[in-house]
Amino acid sequence: MIHLEKINRIFQVGDQQVRALNDVDLTIRSGEYLSIMGPSGSGKSTLLNILGLLDQPSSGTYQLDGRETTQIDDEQLARLRGRKIGFVFQFFHLIGRLSAAENIELPLILAEEAPAVRKPKVQEILHKVGLEDRAEHRPDQLSGGQRQRVAIARATITRPDVLLADEPTGNLDSVSGAEVIQLMETMNDSGLTVLVVTHDPIIGDRARRKIKMIDGAIVADTQERGDEDT
Amino acid sequence: MRTLDLLQLASGALLRRGARAGMLLLAMAIGVAAVIVLTGLGEGARRYVTGEFSSLGTHLLIVLPGRAETTGAGATLIAGETPRDLTLDDALALRRSPAIEKYAPLVVGSASVSYLGLDREVPVLGSTSELLAVRNWEMAQGRFLPAGDIDRPQSVAVIGAKIKRELFANTNALGKWLRLGDRRFRVIGVLSSEGRAIGIDVEELVIVPVASAQMLFNSASLFRILVQARSRDEMPAAKKFILETVARRHQGEEDITVITQDAVLKTFDAIFVALTMTLGGIAAVSLLVAGILVMNVMLVAVTQRTAEVGLLKAIGARSRQVQRLFLTEALLLSFTGGLLGLVLGYGGAWFLGIVYPALTFMPPWWAVAAAMVTALFSGLFIGLLPARRAARMDPVQALRGG
Ligand SMILES: Nc1ncnc2c1ncn2[C@@H]1O[C@H](COP(=O)(O)OP(=O)(O)OP(=O)(O)O)[C@@H](O)[C@H]1O
Ligand SMILES: [Mg+2]
Repeated sequence: MIHLEKINRIFQVGDQQVRALNDVDLTIRSGEYLSIMGPSGSGKSTLLNILGLLDQPSSGTYQLDGRETTQIDDEQLARLRGRKIGFVFQFFHLIGRLSAAENIELPLILAEEAPAVRKPKVQEILHKVGLEDRAEHRPDQLSGGQRQRVAIARATITRPDVLLADEPTGNLDSVSGAEVIQLMETMNDSGLTVLVVTHDPIIGDRARRKIKMIDGAIVADTQERGDEDT
Repeated sequence: MRTLDLLQLASGALLRRGARAGMLLLAMAIGVAAVIVLTGLGEGARRYVTGEFSSLGTHLLIVLPGRAETTGAGATLIAGETPRDLTLDDALALRRSPAIEKYAPLVVGSASVSYLGLDREVPVLGSTSELLAVRNWEMAQGRFLPAGDIDRPQSVAVIGAKIKRELFANTNALGKWLRLGDRRFRVIGVLSSEGRAIGIDVEELVIVPVASAQMLFNSASLFRILVQARSRDEMPAAKKFILETVARRHQGEEDITVITQDAVLKTFDAIFVALTMTLGGIAAVSLLVAGILVMNVMLVAVTQRTAEVGLLKAIGARSRQVQRLFLTEALLLSFTGGLLGLVLGYGGAWFLGIVYPALTFMPPWWAVAAAMVTALFSGLFIGLLPARRAARMDPVQALRGG
C-alpha cells in the first residue's frame, strides 16, 4: 500500500545542510501495525510527515496505493490527506473553541459532506472511542487521554487507510497512554494500518513490526515471529 | 466547504475573539456611521436650501440692495460695499416694464404680537397683495392684503396658521384686532400652513402692508423685491429693465443685484454637493482606518492560529478552503460592522434630529451604498493578505506553531 524508495529529505539551515532522511526504503502493507523508535533527531517525525503527505521528500519516490505522490499538486495532496490519512499528534491539536463533537466533525466538513450524513458518523465514532457523554465538552474540559481519543476519532472519521501517530502518548500518563494505544490497536484489528512513533519501549514493543531509526536511516526492521525484513 | 459550515466556523472564530473583534466592529461601524451622518447632514442642508429657493416659484427674480460680485458660475451672495437702500419708489418704478408681470417689495423685521394678554415675538413681513401669487401661497381663511396704493399704510394683517392657533385657539380670528409693536392691526386673513418663506416658517408669520411695516420698523428701505417675469423667456429682459431702471433712479450707479432662481439654485447645489463630498471624504478616512485595523487584527489572528492552520491542512483542508475561511471571517467582521454602522448612523442622526430639530438629515443613497460597499470591499481586500498568508503556510511548520 505504501512504498518508499530512496527517500531523502535535506533541510537547508543557513549554509548548512541537514540530512534528516538518508536513502530510506520502506514498504507498508495494508493492515500492518508498526512502531518507529530511535533517538531524538533521527528523522522519525520527518518520515511520518512525508508518509502523511504533509512534507515532500527532496528526492526519491513515494507510492500510495500505487500512485506516485511526489509529482502531484497541493490541491490533490490535500484531497489524499483528507481521504486516506489520519494524523494523531503529541499535542492533540484540537481546536479550543469547538466542542469534542465539532472537532471530530471537522474533516467531514472539509470534505463537504452534508450535515445529515455527518451527524450519525460523529455519534458512531464517539461511541467507539467511549466519549458519548463528552460530545459537547470543549477540549479544556477534557483530560489529556480524553483529548487524544477525540483526536483519534477525528483522524479516523473519514475512514482513512492509515493512521499516523507521532508520539501520541508523549503527553499522557501511563494509564491513559495505554488506553490510547489500546484504542488504536482495536482500530488496527478492524483493518486500519497503524504507525506509531514513540520513545516508550513498552509501547513500541507492542507493535507487530518494529522499525528503528538512527541518523535518518532505518537500521532495524523486525517483524513478529522473528521474521527479519530489511 | 458548504456555505453554512463556512459561516458557522468563521463566526465561531470571531465570537471567540471577543473584545478584540468587538473593537473592530465598532471601528468599522463608526466609519460607516460617520459617512452616513456627515453626508446626511450635507445632503440635508442642500435639500433645505434648494427647497427654499424652489419654493420661491418660477420666473422669479430677486432684487437685493448692494452690488454682488458676479462670477462665471453665477451670482454669489457676497455683498459689496455699503449699498444704497432700495426704496418703495424703486419698486413702483418697475411697474412700467412689459416683461414684468408681478412684483412684491419685501420688508422684514420682528415685533411682538399680542392679543388679549397673550403675546410673543414673531417675524413680520411687509409686502403687497401680489406677494400671494408670487409665492404661490394659499389662504386658509379670509383674504390676503388688499390691492391698491402700496405706499399707503393700512392697519390690516394676515397671520400664519400657528400664530392663529396660539393667539386665538379655536375661536374666529377674522376681524379681531391684535397689537403689533405699538400699533393695532385687524386680522383679515389666515394663511394656509403649506409653504415656506426664506428661512421662515409661513406658519408663524405676520404679514402687513409694506408701508405699515416701514412705519412699524421706522425704516424706508426694502429688504428685497421679488419680481415675477411674464415668462421664462422674458427673464433676461426683466433683469435688464430692473438694472437700468434702478440705476437711473440711483444716479447712474448700478448698486443692486438681481439674481435669478436658476443661478442661485445652481450655485447652492454646487456648494452643497461639494460640501457633502468633502464630509463624506473625511468620514471615509475613518473607514479606511477601520479597514487597516481589520487587516491588523486578521494578521494577528492568522499568526495566533498558525497551529490551527497546520491542523486544518493535516486533516485535508485545501489551501483554497483555508483562505476562504479567513476571508469569510474578515468579510463577516466588516459586514457586521457595516450593518452596525447603518444602525448607528441612522440612530445617531435621529438623535441629532431630536436634539437639534433645525438640522435636516437626508443621507444620500449613494453615500450609504458607498459606505457599505467600502466596508465590504475593505473586508475583502484587507482580508485577502492574511488569508493568503494562512493558505500558503507550510503545514509541518504550522503544526509546530510557526
Ligand atoms: N524544518 C526543519 N529545518 C531544519 N532542520 C530540520 C527541520 N525539521 C527537522 N529538522 C532536522 O531533521 C532532523 C530530524 O528531525 P525529526 O524531527 O524528524 O527528528 P525526530 O526523530 O522526530 O526527533 P524527536 O524524537 O526529538 O521528535 C533533526 O536533526 C532536525 O534538526
Ligand atoms: Mg519527532
